[in-house]
Amino acid sequence: MDHPDTPLAELPLDEIIVCPQCDAVYRLQRPADGERAACERCHTALITPRDNAGLQIIAVAVAVMVLIIGASVFPFLTIDAAGNRNAVSVLDAALAFAGGPMILLSLATAALIFFIPLLRVLLTLYVLVPIVLDRPPARHAVAAFSLSEELRPWSMAEVFAIGCAVALVKVADLADVGFGPAFYMFGALVVLVIAQDRFLCKWSVWNSLEHPKKS
Amino acid sequence: MQMVRMELSGTSQEILSARDLGIVACTRCSKPAPMGAQTCSRCGHRLVSRDRQSLQRVWAFWTVGLMCYIPANTYPMLKTRTLFQVDESTIIGGAVELAHHGNWGIAFIILFASVVIPLAKFMAVAFLAISVKQRSVTSQRQRHYLYEVVEYIGRWSMIDIFVVAILSSLVQLKSLAAINPGTASIFFALSVIFTMLAAQAFDTRMIWDTQTKDEGLKTND
Repeated sequence: MDHPDTPLAELPLDEIIVCPQCDAVYRLQRPADGERAACERCHTALITPRDNAGLQIIAVAVAVMVLIIGASVFPFLTIDAAGNRNAVSVLDAALAFAGGPMILLSLATAALIFFIPLLRVLLTLYVLVPIVLDRPPARHAVAAFSLSEELRPWSMAEVFAIGCAVALVKVADLADVGFGPAFYMFGALVVLVIAQDRFLCKWSVWNSLEHPKKS
Repeated sequence: MQMVRMELSGTSQEILSARDLGIVACTRCSKPAPMGAQTCSRCGHRLVSRDRQSLQRVWAFWTVGLMCYIPANTYPMLKTRTLFQVDESTIIGGAVELAHHGNWGIAFIILFASVVIPLAKFMAVAFLAISVKQRSVTSQRQRHYLYEVVEYIGRWSMIDIFVVAILSSLVQLKSLAAINPGTASIFFALSVIFTMLAAQAFDTRMIWDTQTKDEGLKTND
């Protein structure tokens, strides 16, 4: 970065950054903590460093893990109509599609709302904890982070949380519906999952996986 | 939060693509590599400057998704059994019934979320796939934005399936009332999943290639 006049084509590859969405090439400039570097033509965020981002993400990830497990065990909605009472947990909801080919849908639902979000949290912790502690990256950390990124669109815990709210509106006039403890856990989960996505700067993670700090 | 403008090369207006500079960037970890490299040295992902098969995969997933969307609308989504009657309604049938009962708001929301948005997604993906093959009147920025919207909305369509799952497990009140999932739910889920796969298969870098005048239609390699 010493020669700002060097044409892009002559810069070494580690001094440029390419927008993964639109292929635009820029001279690499690391923004200060709290700033964002975004692509000029498609506005994709390229580098979004934050002070202490690693620790924050780890803290959020641990909270998400506890919430996912908790939210799946406790009932999230209870229904009461003419003396008939029913309380359901996430597991019950996932298994609603039992019988025949519907079992596939049960498995997919369970994966989307429970197993994939949980797996992503574990992978995130596995990759980030050594980085934050300034240790060499964990074994297969690159594969773990790749898998975590591939699974990102398939992790639907927060979609399920909004689904709870919709279902609630639908049965509200049919019967008395109450919230179980898991309902509030899902509410918190939505906020935390969004926070986690905002804190995570992929560029920084890949960079530290490639150039680990020597302790 | 402040936006930092990346420093540009040469003239301030012109943005060069990695392809023009003989560079190929990894689509997974975005590390640049010289053109011709086969796999990314950082994450091991396969490197392609422009994904040749991308559009074929988009259309394949798109077609399957659309095929699944038809039975998703003709079969019943929910089987509702109450004391005196069994009701099997399709998505549209259910919304029409709600409208008959005067619940225009909810009927509109259901029609919008389960019919208008899925159809709009199919059209948007098809439009994007066609627009990279020929000159398009909409700007690249608009099309890129359209892609981001489609990709963002994709997973939220699963909400219909989750609502069916929640209702079916929740409303099991012995003889009084019971809701069970209908055949349409599995097709609807498949349709959502294949639409998501179609959107993911699309190589967005192609949007930014077509209209650079001197390169014309060199999109596909």
